[in-house]
Amino acid sequence: MLVLLGIGVVVLGFVLRANPLLVVMAAAITTGLAAAWTPDSDLQAMLAALVSTLELFGKAFNDNRYVSIVWIVLMAIGLLERAGLQERARIVIAEVRAATVGRLLWVYFFVRQVAAALGLTSLGGHPQMVRPLIAPMAEGAAEARYGPLPDRERYLIRSHAAAADNIGLFFGEDIFIAIASILLIKGFLEANGIFVEPLELSIWAIPTAIAALLIHSLRLWRLDAHLHRVLTKPGAPA
Amino acid sequence: MITLAHAYIVGGLFFAAASLFSFADTSNPRRAMNGVFWGLLAVSFLAGSQLGDLGNGLLAVGLVAVAGIGLGQGRGETSSGEERRASAARNGNRLFLPALIIPAIALIGTLAAKYTTWGPLIIDPAQATLVSLVLGALIAVATVMAWLKPPLLAPLREGRRLIDAVGWAAILPQMLASLGAVFLAAGVGDQVGRLMADYVPLDTRTLAVSAYCIGMALFTLIMGNAFAAFPVMTAAVGLPIVVQALGGDPARVCAIGMLAGFCGTLMTPMAANFNVVPANLLDLPDRKAALNGVIRAQIPTAIPLLLANILLMRFLAFPA
Repeated sequence: MLVLLGIGVVVLGFVLRANPLLVVMAAAITTGLAAAWTPDSDLQAMLAALVSTLELFGKAFNDNRYVSIVWIVLMAIGLLERAGLQERARIVIAEVRAATVGRLLWVYFFVRQVAAALGLTSLGGHPQMVRPLIAPMAEGAAEARYGPLPDRERYLIRSHAAAADNIGLFFGEDIFIAIASILLIKGFLEANGIFVEPLELSIWAIPTAIAALLIHSLRLWRLDAHLHRVLTKPGAPA
Repeated sequence: MITLAHAYIVGGLFFAAASLFSFADTSNPRRAMNGVFWGLLAVSFLAGSQLGDLGNGLLAVGLVAVAGIGLGQGRGETSSGEERRASAARNGNRLFLPALIIPAIALIGTLAAKYTTWGPLIIDPAQATLVSLVLGALIAVATVMAWLKPPLLAPLREGRRLIDAVGWAAILPQMLASLGAVFLAAGVGDQVGRLMADYVPLDTRTLAVSAYCIGMALFTLIMGNAFAAFPVMTAAVGLPIVVQALGGDPARVCAIGMLAGFCGTLMTPMAANFNVVPANLLDLPDRKAALNGVIRAQIPTAIPLLLANILLMRFLAFPA
Protein backbone atom coordinates (compact mmCIF):
# COMPACT_ATOMS: atom_id res chain seq x y z
CA MET A 1 0.00 0.00 0.00
CA LEU A 2 2.94 2.31 0.76
CA VAL A 3 3.84 2.54 -2.93
CA LEU A 4 0.62 4.51 -3.50
CA LEU A 5 2.37 7.44 -1.78
CA GLY A 6 3.83 8.33 -5.20
CA ILE A 7 0.33 9.06 -6.51
CA GLY A 8 -0.24 11.26 -3.49
CA VAL A 9 2.90 13.20 -4.36
CA VAL A 10 1.61 13.78 -7.90
CA VAL A 11 -1.74 15.06 -6.64
CA LEU A 12 -0.14 17.25 -3.99
CA GLY A 13 2.31 18.64 -6.54
CA PHE A 14 -0.45 19.62 -8.94
CA VAL A 15 -2.52 21.14 -6.12
CA LEU A 16 0.48 23.22 -5.03
CA ARG A 17 1.11 24.16 -8.69
CA ALA A 18 4.72 22.98 -8.43
CA ASN A 19 6.74 22.52 -11.62
CA PRO A 20 5.40 19.22 -13.06
CA LEU A 21 8.90 17.93 -13.87
CA LEU A 22 9.82 18.34 -10.21
CA VAL A 23 6.59 16.62 -9.23
CA VAL A 24 7.31 13.66 -11.51
CA MET A 25 10.84 13.22 -10.19
CA ALA A 26 9.68 13.53 -6.58
CA ALA A 27 6.92 10.97 -7.20
CA ALA A 28 9.39 8.55 -8.78
CA ILE A 29 11.83 8.81 -5.86
CA THR A 30 9.03 8.55 -3.28
CA THR A 31 7.68 5.44 -4.99
CA GLY A 32 11.10 3.82 -5.25
CA LEU A 33 11.89 4.48 -1.60
CA ALA A 34 8.45 3.39 -0.43
CA ALA A 35 8.75 0.10 -2.34
CA ALA A 36 12.09 -0.64 -0.68
CA TRP A 37 11.16 0.50 2.84
CA THR A 38 10.77 -1.99 5.67
CA PRO A 39 10.50 -1.14 9.38
CA ASP A 40 14.17 -2.07 9.91
CA SER A 41 15.80 -0.56 6.83
CA ASP A 42 18.64 1.82 7.66
CA LEU A 43 19.99 4.88 5.92
CA GLN A 44 22.35 2.85 3.77
CA ALA A 45 19.54 0.65 2.48
CA MET A 46 17.53 3.77 1.62
CA LEU A 47 20.51 5.26 -0.23
CA ALA A 48 20.84 2.05 -2.23
CA ALA A 49 17.13 2.26 -3.03
CA LEU A 50 17.58 5.87 -4.16
CA VAL A 51 20.40 4.89 -6.51
CA SER A 52 18.49 1.95 -7.97
CA THR A 53 15.42 4.17 -8.48
CA LEU A 54 17.56 6.70 -10.34
CA GLU A 55 19.00 3.87 -12.45
CA LEU A 56 15.53 2.58 -13.25
CA PHE A 57 14.32 6.09 -14.11
CA GLY A 58 17.43 6.79 -16.18
CA LYS A 59 17.08 3.60 -18.20
CA ALA A 60 13.43 4.34 -18.89
CA PHE A 61 14.25 7.95 -19.78
CA ASN A 62 16.83 6.78 -22.30
CA ASP A 63 14.56 4.06 -23.73
CA ASN A 64 11.73 6.59 -24.13
CA ARG A 65 13.69 9.26 -26.00
CA TYR A 66 11.54 8.68 -29.05
CA VAL A 67 8.64 10.32 -27.19
CA SER A 68 10.53 13.61 -27.51
CA ILE A 69 11.81 13.10 -31.08
CA VAL A 70 8.55 14.63 -32.37
CA TRP A 71 9.89 18.11 -31.63
CA ILE A 72 12.06 18.12 -34.71
CA VAL A 73 8.89 18.83 -36.71
CA LEU A 74 9.07 22.29 -35.11
CA MET A 75 11.76 23.22 -37.66
CA ALA A 76 9.27 22.74 -40.49
CA ILE A 77 6.36 24.32 -38.61
CA GLY A 78 8.53 27.28 -37.57
CA LEU A 79 9.62 27.87 -41.16
CA LEU A 80 6.00 27.89 -42.28
CA GLU A 81 5.00 30.24 -39.46
CA ARG A 82 7.79 32.50 -40.61
CA ALA A 83 6.11 32.48 -44.01
CA GLY A 84 2.71 33.37 -42.54
CA LEU A 85 0.98 30.01 -41.93
CA GLN A 86 -1.05 31.29 -38.96
CA GLU A 87 -1.99 34.47 -40.80
CA ARG A 88 -3.23 32.27 -43.66
CA ALA A 89 -5.26 30.14 -41.23
CA ARG A 90 -6.84 33.34 -39.89
CA ILE A 91 -7.76 34.46 -43.40
CA VAL A 92 -9.39 31.08 -44.08
CA ILE A 93 -11.42 31.20 -40.84
CA ALA A 94 -12.36 34.85 -41.31
CA GLU A 95 -13.60 34.19 -44.85
CA VAL A 96 -16.32 32.03 -43.35
CA ARG A 97 -19.34 34.29 -43.42
CA ALA A 98 -20.93 32.44 -40.54
CA ALA A 99 -24.21 33.92 -39.55
CA THR A 100 -24.38 32.43 -36.06
CA VAL A 101 -22.18 31.71 -33.03
CA GLY A 102 -22.73 27.96 -33.27
CA ARG A 103 -21.84 27.76 -36.96
CA LEU A 104 -18.71 29.87 -36.57
CA LEU A 105 -17.49 27.85 -33.60
CA TRP A 106 -18.35 24.67 -35.46
CA VAL A 107 -16.13 25.66 -38.41
CA TYR A 108 -13.26 26.44 -36.04
CA PHE A 109 -13.82 23.22 -34.08
CA PHE A 110 -13.84 21.17 -37.29
CA VAL A 111 -10.74 22.85 -38.76
CA ARG A 112 -8.94 22.45 -35.43
CA GLN A 113 -9.77 18.74 -35.24
CA VAL A 114 -8.75 17.98 -38.83
CA ALA A 115 -5.54 20.03 -38.54
CA ALA A 116 -4.61 18.27 -35.29
CA ALA A 117 -5.24 14.90 -36.95
CA LEU A 118 -2.66 15.90 -39.58
CA GLY A 119 -0.14 16.80 -36.91
CA LEU A 120 -0.72 20.57 -37.14
CA THR A 121 -1.47 20.95 -33.44
CA SER A 122 0.04 24.43 -33.41
CA LEU A 123 -2.61 25.80 -35.80
CA GLY A 124 -4.74 27.02 -32.95
CA GLY A 125 -4.51 27.40 -29.22
CA HIS A 126 -5.91 29.81 -26.68
CA PRO A 127 -3.34 32.62 -26.86
CA GLN A 128 -2.82 32.32 -30.64
CA MET A 129 -6.35 31.91 -31.98
CA VAL A 130 -9.12 31.83 -29.35
CA ARG A 131 -8.48 35.10 -27.54
CA PRO A 132 -7.46 37.29 -30.48
CA LEU A 133 -9.77 35.85 -33.11
CA ILE A 134 -12.34 33.16 -32.37
CA ALA A 135 -13.92 34.58 -29.20
CA PRO A 136 -14.26 38.13 -30.61
CA MET A 137 -15.68 36.80 -33.88
CA ALA A 138 -18.22 34.64 -32.03
CA GLU A 139 -19.28 37.55 -29.83
CA GLY A 140 -19.50 39.71 -32.94
CA ALA A 141 -21.75 37.19 -34.68
CA ALA A 142 -24.13 37.21 -31.70
CA GLU A 143 -24.12 41.03 -31.42
CA ALA A 144 -24.85 41.43 -35.12
CA ARG A 145 -27.92 39.29 -34.67
CA TYR A 146 -29.23 40.17 -31.22
CA GLY A 147 -27.68 43.53 -30.32
CA PRO A 148 -25.66 44.18 -27.14
CA LEU A 149 -25.11 40.98 -25.14
CA PRO A 150 -25.87 40.46 -21.43
CA ASP A 151 -22.74 39.42 -19.49
CA ARG A 152 -24.04 35.93 -18.90
CA GLU A 153 -24.33 35.15 -22.61
CA ARG A 154 -21.09 36.94 -23.45
CA TYR A 155 -19.14 34.73 -21.03
CA LEU A 156 -21.02 31.64 -22.20
CA ILE A 157 -19.94 32.36 -25.77
CA ARG A 158 -16.33 32.94 -24.72
CA SER A 159 -16.31 29.69 -22.73
CA HIS A 160 -17.60 27.82 -25.76
CA ALA A 161 -14.86 29.33 -27.93
CA ALA A 162 -12.24 27.88 -25.55
CA ALA A 163 -14.09 24.54 -25.37
CA ALA A 164 -14.17 24.23 -29.17
CA ASP A 165 -10.39 24.59 -29.24
CA ASN A 166 -9.76 21.99 -26.51
CA ILE A 167 -12.21 19.39 -27.80
CA GLY A 168 -11.05 19.76 -31.40
CA LEU A 169 -7.43 19.35 -30.33
CA PHE A 170 -7.87 16.44 -27.91
CA PHE A 171 -9.95 14.28 -30.21
CA GLY A 172 -8.01 15.06 -33.36
CA GLU A 173 -4.39 14.81 -32.29
CA ASP A 174 -4.37 11.09 -31.49
CA ILE A 175 -5.08 10.31 -35.13
CA PHE A 176 -1.64 11.69 -35.98
CA ILE A 177 0.78 8.82 -35.63
CA ALA A 178 3.58 10.66 -33.92
CA ILE A 179 1.86 12.58 -31.15
CA ALA A 180 3.25 12.20 -27.64
CA SER A 181 0.26 10.29 -26.23
CA ILE A 182 0.49 7.63 -28.96
CA LEU A 183 4.21 7.23 -28.29
CA LEU A 184 3.56 7.01 -24.56
CA ILE A 185 1.15 4.11 -25.18
CA LYS A 186 3.70 2.43 -27.44
CA GLY A 187 6.37 2.80 -24.77
CA PHE A 188 4.10 1.48 -22.03
CA LEU A 189 3.13 -1.59 -24.05
CA GLU A 190 6.77 -2.23 -24.99
CA ALA A 191 7.74 -2.20 -21.32
CA ASN A 192 5.12 -4.93 -20.89
CA GLY A 193 6.46 -6.98 -23.80
CA ILE A 194 3.77 -6.02 -26.34
CA PHE A 195 4.96 -4.44 -29.59
CA VAL A 196 2.59 -2.21 -31.59
CA GLU A 197 3.18 0.31 -34.37
CA PRO A 198 1.94 3.87 -33.76
CA LEU A 199 -0.25 3.48 -36.86
CA GLU A 200 -2.23 0.63 -35.22
CA LEU A 201 -2.93 2.94 -32.28
CA SER A 202 -3.83 6.03 -34.24
CA ILE A 203 -6.35 4.18 -36.43
CA TRP A 204 -8.32 3.30 -33.30
CA ALA A 205 -8.50 6.95 -32.32
CA ILE A 206 -10.72 7.58 -35.35
CA PRO A 207 -14.02 6.15 -33.98
CA THR A 208 -13.77 8.37 -30.88
CA ALA A 209 -12.86 11.35 -33.08
CA ILE A 210 -16.06 10.81 -35.06
CA ALA A 211 -18.08 10.46 -31.84
CA ALA A 212 -16.57 13.72 -30.55
CA LEU A 213 -17.41 15.44 -33.83
CA LEU A 214 -21.03 14.28 -33.68
CA ILE A 215 -21.57 15.07 -30.00
CA HIS A 216 -19.95 18.49 -30.08
CA SER A 217 -21.68 19.44 -33.34
CA LEU A 218 -24.98 18.73 -31.64
CA ARG A 219 -23.94 20.85 -28.66
CA LEU A 220 -23.02 23.81 -30.85
CA TRP A 221 -26.29 23.51 -32.73
CA ARG A 222 -28.12 23.58 -29.40
CA LEU A 223 -26.02 26.56 -28.30
CA ASP A 224 -27.50 28.52 -31.20
CA ALA A 225 -30.99 27.46 -30.20
CA HIS A 226 -30.31 28.43 -26.58
CA LEU A 227 -28.93 31.86 -27.51
CA HIS A 228 -31.86 32.48 -29.82
CA ARG A 229 -34.36 31.57 -27.12
CA VAL A 230 -32.70 33.63 -24.38
CA LEU A 231 -31.83 36.67 -26.44
CA THR A 232 -35.14 37.08 -28.26
CA LYS A 233 -37.34 36.49 -25.21
CA PRO A 234 -40.15 39.01 -25.26
CA GLY A 235 -39.54 41.68 -22.63
CA ALA A 236 -35.81 40.95 -22.48
CA PRO A 237 -33.66 44.07 -22.45
CA ALA A 238 -32.88 44.85 -26.06
CA MET B 1 18.88 1.42 -43.76
CA ILE B 2 17.79 4.35 -41.60
CA THR B 3 17.10 3.39 -37.98
CA LEU B 4 15.97 5.09 -34.80
CA ALA B 5 19.66 5.63 -33.92
CA HIS B 6 19.95 7.97 -36.91
CA ALA B 7 16.76 9.76 -35.88
CA TYR B 8 18.26 10.34 -32.43
CA ILE B 9 21.33 11.93 -34.05
CA VAL B 10 19.06 14.33 -35.97
CA GLY B 11 17.18 15.11 -32.75
CA GLY B 12 20.43 15.55 -30.83
CA LEU B 13 21.77 17.99 -33.41
CA PHE B 14 18.52 19.96 -33.29
CA PHE B 15 18.62 20.25 -29.49
CA ALA B 16 22.35 21.11 -29.64
CA ALA B 17 21.54 23.96 -32.04
CA ALA B 18 18.74 25.11 -29.72
CA SER B 19 21.26 25.10 -26.88
CA LEU B 20 23.84 27.17 -28.80
CA PHE B 21 21.26 29.71 -29.97
CA SER B 22 19.97 29.97 -26.38
CA PHE B 23 23.42 30.68 -24.93
CA ALA B 24 23.91 33.40 -27.55
CA ASP B 25 20.47 35.00 -27.06
CA THR B 26 21.02 38.25 -25.16
CA SER B 27 17.26 39.03 -25.19
CA ASN B 28 16.73 36.20 -22.68
CA PRO B 29 17.95 37.02 -19.16
CA ARG B 30 17.87 33.31 -18.29
CA ARG B 31 19.70 32.25 -21.45
CA ALA B 32 22.21 30.10 -19.52
CA MET B 33 19.34 27.99 -18.09
CA ASN B 34 17.84 27.43 -21.54
CA GLY B 35 21.28 26.63 -22.93
CA VAL B 36 21.97 24.03 -20.25
CA PHE B 37 18.47 22.51 -20.53
CA TRP B 38 18.59 21.94 -24.31
CA GLY B 39 22.26 21.01 -24.02
CA LEU B 40 21.50 18.21 -21.56
CA LEU B 41 18.76 16.96 -23.84
CA ALA B 42 21.22 17.03 -26.77
CA VAL B 43 23.66 14.93 -24.74
CA SER B 44 20.86 12.47 -23.99
CA PHE B 45 19.99 12.12 -27.67
CA LEU B 46 23.56 11.94 -28.96
CA ALA B 47 25.19 9.85 -26.24
CA GLY B 48 22.42 8.51 -23.98
CA SER B 49 23.28 4.90 -24.66
CA GLN B 50 26.90 5.44 -23.53
CA LEU B 51 25.97 7.16 -20.24
CA GLY B 52 24.79 4.11 -18.34
CA ASP B 53 21.55 3.91 -16.35
CA LEU B 54 22.72 5.96 -13.38
CA GLY B 55 24.24 8.54 -15.74
CA ASN B 56 20.90 8.91 -17.52
CA GLY B 57 19.12 9.13 -14.18
CA LEU B 58 21.41 11.94 -13.07
CA LEU B 59 20.95 13.65 -16.44
CA ALA B 60 17.19 13.57 -15.85
CA VAL B 61 17.72 15.02 -12.36
CA GLY B 62 19.80 17.76 -13.98
CA LEU B 63 17.01 18.59 -16.43
CA VAL B 64 14.51 18.73 -13.56
CA ALA B 65 16.81 20.96 -11.50
CA VAL B 66 17.29 23.43 -14.35
CA ALA B 67 13.55 23.49 -15.08
CA GLY B 68 12.88 23.95 -11.36
CA ILE B 69 15.15 27.00 -11.23
CA GLY B 70 13.25 28.32 -14.24
CA LEU B 71 13.73 28.66 -17.97
CA GLY B 72 13.33 31.95 -19.79
CA GLN B 73 12.10 32.58 -23.28
CA GLY B 74 14.16 34.37 -25.88
CA ARG B 75 12.62 36.61 -28.48
CA GLY B 76 14.23 34.73 -31.34
CA GLU B 77 14.84 36.14 -34.80
CA THR B 78 11.88 35.67 -37.08
CA SER B 79 9.85 37.53 -39.65
CA SER B 80 7.76 40.59 -38.74
CA GLY B 81 3.98 40.53 -38.64
CA GLU B 82 3.94 42.60 -41.80
CA GLU B 83 6.20 40.21 -43.68
CA ARG B 84 4.04 37.31 -42.57
CA ARG B 85 0.81 38.93 -43.73
CA ALA B 86 2.41 39.74 -47.08
CA SER B 87 3.64 36.17 -47.45
CA ALA B 88 0.24 34.77 -46.43
CA ALA B 89 -1.45 36.90 -49.10
CA ARG B 90 1.18 36.12 -51.75
CA ASN B 91 1.46 32.37 -51.24
CA GLY B 92 -2.17 31.64 -50.40
CA ASN B 93 -3.36 28.23 -49.32
CA ARG B 94 -0.29 26.60 -50.87
CA LEU B 95 1.34 27.38 -47.51
CA PHE B 96 -0.58 24.47 -46.01
CA LEU B 97 0.91 21.95 -48.46
CA PRO B 98 4.44 21.60 -46.99
CA ALA B 99 2.85 20.99 -43.60
CA LEU B 100 1.00 18.04 -45.12
CA ILE B 101 4.29 16.51 -46.29
CA ILE B 102 5.08 15.42 -42.72
CA PRO B 103 2.03 13.21 -42.07
CA ALA B 104 2.03 12.02 -45.70
CA ILE B 105 5.65 10.80 -45.57
CA ALA B 106 5.11 9.34 -42.10
CA LEU B 107 2.16 7.32 -43.40
CA ILE B 108 3.73 6.29 -46.73
CA GLY B 109 7.03 5.38 -45.06
CA THR B 110 5.30 3.24 -42.44
CA LEU B 111 3.27 1.36 -45.04
CA ALA B 112 6.25 0.97 -47.41
CA ALA B 113 8.49 -0.46 -44.68
CA LYS B 114 5.82 -3.02 -43.77
CA TYR B 115 4.34 -4.03 -47.09
CA THR B 116 6.89 -3.52 -49.86
CA THR B 117 10.18 -5.23 -50.65
CA TRP B 118 12.10 -1.99 -51.18
CA GLY B 119 10.77 -0.17 -48.10
CA PRO B 120 12.83 -2.06 -45.50
CA LEU B 121 15.98 -1.21 -47.49
CA ILE B 122 15.44 2.46 -46.67
CA ILE B 123 13.49 2.42 -43.40
CA ASP B 124 13.96 0.15 -40.39
CA PRO B 125 10.62 -1.71 -40.29
CA ALA B 126 10.85 -2.12 -36.50
CA GLN B 127 10.57 1.67 -36.00
CA ALA B 128 8.97 2.59 -39.31
CA THR B 129 6.70 5.39 -38.12
CA LEU B 130 9.27 7.32 -36.12
CA VAL B 131 11.95 7.05 -38.78
CA SER B 132 9.43 8.13 -41.44
CA LEU B 133 8.35 11.06 -39.28
CA VAL B 134 11.91 12.33 -39.03
CA LEU B 135 12.33 11.85 -42.78
CA GLY B 136 9.06 13.70 -43.39
CA ALA B 137 10.16 16.62 -41.22
CA LEU B 138 13.48 16.89 -43.03
CA ILE B 139 11.85 16.67 -46.47
CA ALA B 140 9.32 19.35 -45.45
CA VAL B 141 12.16 21.63 -44.35
CA ALA B 142 14.03 20.99 -47.61
CA THR B 143 10.87 21.76 -49.62
CA VAL B 144 10.27 25.08 -47.89
CA MET B 145 13.94 26.01 -48.19
CA ALA B 146 13.87 25.34 -51.93
CA TRP B 147 10.52 27.09 -52.43
CA LEU B 148 10.69 30.23 -50.29
CA LYS B 149 14.50 30.49 -49.96
CA PRO B 150 14.70 31.75 -46.34
CA PRO B 151 18.18 32.23 -44.78
CA LEU B 152 20.16 29.02 -44.35
CA LEU B 153 19.93 28.95 -40.55
CA ALA B 154 16.22 29.78 -40.51
CA PRO B 155 15.00 26.21 -39.80
CA LEU B 156 17.19 25.95 -36.71
CA ARG B 157 16.35 29.48 -35.53
CA GLU B 158 12.61 28.95 -36.01
CA GLY B 159 12.75 25.51 -34.42
CA ARG B 160 14.58 27.02 -31.45
CA ARG B 161 11.98 29.80 -31.17
CA LEU B 162 9.15 27.25 -30.97
CA ILE B 163 10.89 24.75 -28.66
CA ASP B 164 11.64 27.69 -26.34
CA ALA B 165 7.93 28.51 -26.35
CA VAL B 166 7.16 24.91 -25.39
CA GLY B 167 9.86 25.06 -22.71
CA TRP B 168 10.30 22.36 -20.08
CA ALA B 169 6.89 20.88 -21.03
CA ALA B 170 8.69 19.41 -24.06
CA ILE B 171 10.04 16.54 -21.96
CA LEU B 172 7.03 16.07 -19.66
CA PRO B 173 5.60 13.12 -21.67
CA GLN B 174 9.01 11.39 -21.68
CA MET B 175 9.33 12.00 -17.93
CA LEU B 176 5.84 10.63 -17.30
CA ALA B 177 6.70 7.54 -19.36
CA SER B 178 9.75 7.05 -17.11
CA LEU B 179 7.63 7.56 -14.00
CA GLY B 180 5.37 4.86 -15.44
CA ALA B 181 8.36 2.50 -15.51
CA VAL B 182 9.09 3.22 -11.82
CA PHE B 183 5.42 2.72 -10.95
CA LEU B 184 5.47 -0.56 -12.89
CA ALA B 185 8.55 -1.87 -11.03
CA ALA B 186 7.11 -0.85 -7.66
CA GLY B 187 3.77 -2.51 -8.44
CA VAL B 188 1.64 0.66 -8.16
CA GLY B 189 -0.73 -0.56 -10.87
CA ASP B 190 -1.10 -3.91 -9.10
CA GLN B 191 -2.04 -2.15 -5.87
CA VAL B 192 -4.62 0.07 -7.57
CA GLY B 193 -5.87 -3.02 -9.42
CA ARG B 194 -6.23 -4.94 -6.16
CA LEU B 195 -8.11 -2.05 -4.56
CA MET B 196 -10.43 -1.85 -7.55
CA ALA B 197 -10.91 -5.62 -7.65
CA ASP B 198 -12.01 -5.49 -4.00
CA TYR B 199 -14.63 -2.84 -4.57
CA VAL B 200 -15.58 -2.99 -8.26
CA PRO B 201 -16.94 -6.04 -10.09
CA LEU B 202 -14.71 -6.65 -13.13
CA ASP B 203 -15.74 -10.09 -14.29
CA THR B 204 -17.54 -9.34 -17.55
CA ARG B 205 -16.24 -7.45 -20.56
CA THR B 206 -18.81 -4.70 -20.15
CA LEU B 207 -18.01 -4.16 -16.46
CA ALA B 208 -14.24 -4.30 -16.96
CA VAL B 209 -14.34 -1.89 -19.92
CA SER B 210 -16.57 0.50 -17.98
CA ALA B 211 -14.29 0.36 -14.93
CA TYR B 212 -11.19 0.99 -17.06
CA CYS B 213 -12.68 3.93 -19.01
CA ILE B 214 -14.32 5.58 -15.99
CA GLY B 215 -11.17 4.91 -13.96
CA MET B 216 -9.08 6.62 -16.66
CA ALA B 217 -11.38 9.65 -16.63
CA LEU B 218 -11.50 9.90 -12.81
CA PHE B 219 -7.77 9.39 -12.38
CA THR B 220 -7.13 12.04 -15.02
CA LEU B 221 -9.47 14.37 -13.16
CA ILE B 222 -7.30 13.93 -10.06
CA MET B 223 -3.89 13.96 -11.72
CA GLY B 224 -4.78 16.67 -14.25
CA ASN B 225 -3.16 14.74 -17.05
CA ALA B 226 -4.17 11.61 -18.95
CA PHE B 227 -0.50 10.80 -19.53
CA ALA B 228 0.00 10.40 -15.79
CA ALA B 229 -3.17 8.36 -15.34
CA PHE B 230 -2.56 6.02 -18.25
CA PRO B 231 0.32 3.87 -16.92
CA VAL B 232 -1.39 3.42 -13.54
CA MET B 233 -4.90 2.56 -14.75
CA THR B 234 -3.69 0.43 -17.65
CA ALA B 235 -1.37 -1.59 -15.41
CA ALA B 236 -4.20 -1.92 -12.86
CA VAL B 237 -7.17 -2.84 -15.06
CA GLY B 238 -6.55 -2.32 -18.78
CA LEU B 239 -3.76 -4.78 -19.35
CA PRO B 240 -4.33 -7.54 -16.75
CA ILE B 241 -8.12 -7.66 -16.99
CA VAL B 242 -9.46 -6.14 -20.21
CA VAL B 243 -6.59 -7.45 -22.39
CA GLN B 244 -5.13 -10.52 -20.73
CA ALA B 245 -8.08 -12.01 -18.87
CA LEU B 246 -10.93 -11.02 -21.21
CA GLY B 247 -9.18 -11.06 -24.61
CA GLY B 248 -9.13 -7.39 -25.62
CA ASP B 249 -6.80 -6.22 -28.38
CA PRO B 250 -4.03 -4.20 -26.64
CA ALA B 251 -3.69 -1.49 -29.32
CA ARG B 252 -7.44 -0.80 -29.44
CA VAL B 253 -7.92 -0.96 -25.66
CA CYS B 254 -5.04 1.44 -25.00
CA ALA B 255 -5.91 3.88 -27.80
CA ILE B 256 -9.52 4.23 -26.65
CA GLY B 257 -8.51 4.14 -22.97
CA MET B 258 -6.24 7.16 -23.45
CA LEU B 259 -9.12 9.04 -25.10
CA ALA B 260 -11.40 8.16 -22.17
CA GLY B 261 -8.75 9.88 -20.05
CA PHE B 262 -8.96 12.96 -22.28
CA CYS B 263 -12.66 13.19 -21.31
CA GLY B 264 -11.42 13.64 -17.75
CA THR B 265 -9.01 16.37 -18.86
CA LEU B 266 -11.99 18.37 -20.11
CA MET B 267 -13.56 18.38 -16.64
CA THR B 268 -10.71 19.31 -14.30
CA PRO B 269 -9.12 22.59 -13.20
CA MET B 270 -5.95 20.55 -12.62
CA ALA B 271 -5.43 20.64 -16.40
CA ALA B 272 -4.49 24.27 -16.01
CA ASN B 273 -3.13 25.02 -19.45
CA PHE B 274 -6.33 23.84 -21.15
CA ASN B 275 -9.01 24.94 -18.72
CA VAL B 276 -7.63 27.72 -16.52
CA VAL B 277 -5.33 29.58 -18.90
CA PRO B 278 -8.12 30.30 -21.43
CA ALA B 279 -10.46 31.41 -18.62
CA ASN B 280 -7.80 33.94 -17.62
CA LEU B 281 -7.12 34.98 -21.20
CA LEU B 282 -10.85 35.52 -21.82
CA ASP B 283 -11.43 37.44 -18.54
CA LEU B 284 -14.13 35.08 -17.35
CA PRO B 285 -15.49 36.31 -13.99
CA ASP B 286 -15.48 32.78 -12.53
CA ARG B 287 -11.94 31.94 -13.69
CA LYS B 288 -10.82 31.04 -10.15
CA ALA B 289 -13.77 28.70 -9.50
CA ALA B 290 -13.23 24.93 -9.52
CA LEU B 291 -15.79 24.59 -12.30
CA ASN B 292 -15.19 27.71 -14.36
CA GLY B 293 -17.11 28.59 -17.50
CA VAL B 294 -14.77 26.69 -19.81
CA ILE B 295 -15.12 23.48 -17.80
CA ARG B 296 -18.91 23.92 -17.57
CA ALA B 297 -19.04 24.34 -21.34
CA GLN B 298 -17.06 21.11 -21.74
CA ILE B 299 -18.76 18.75 -19.27
CA PRO B 300 -21.88 18.13 -21.41
CA THR B 301 -19.60 16.97 -24.23
CA ALA B 302 -17.17 15.07 -22.00
CA ILE B 303 -19.73 12.82 -20.29
CA PRO B 304 -21.55 11.54 -23.41
CA LEU B 305 -18.16 11.11 -25.06
CA LEU B 306 -16.92 9.03 -22.15
CA LEU B 307 -20.01 6.87 -22.58
CA ALA B 308 -19.27 6.64 -26.31
CA ASN B 309 -15.73 5.49 -25.52
CA ILE B 310 -17.04 2.75 -23.25
CA LEU B 311 -19.37 1.53 -26.01
CA LEU B 312 -16.65 1.81 -28.69
CA MET B 313 -14.18 -0.17 -26.61
CA ARG B 314 -16.79 -2.77 -25.73
CA PHE B 315 -17.76 -3.35 -29.37
CA LEU B 316 -14.48 -2.74 -31.22
CA ALA B 317 -11.73 -3.97 -28.90
CA PHE B 318 -12.72 -7.64 -28.85
CA PRO B 319 -12.23 -8.75 -32.46
CA ALA B 320 -12.35 -12.47 -31.74
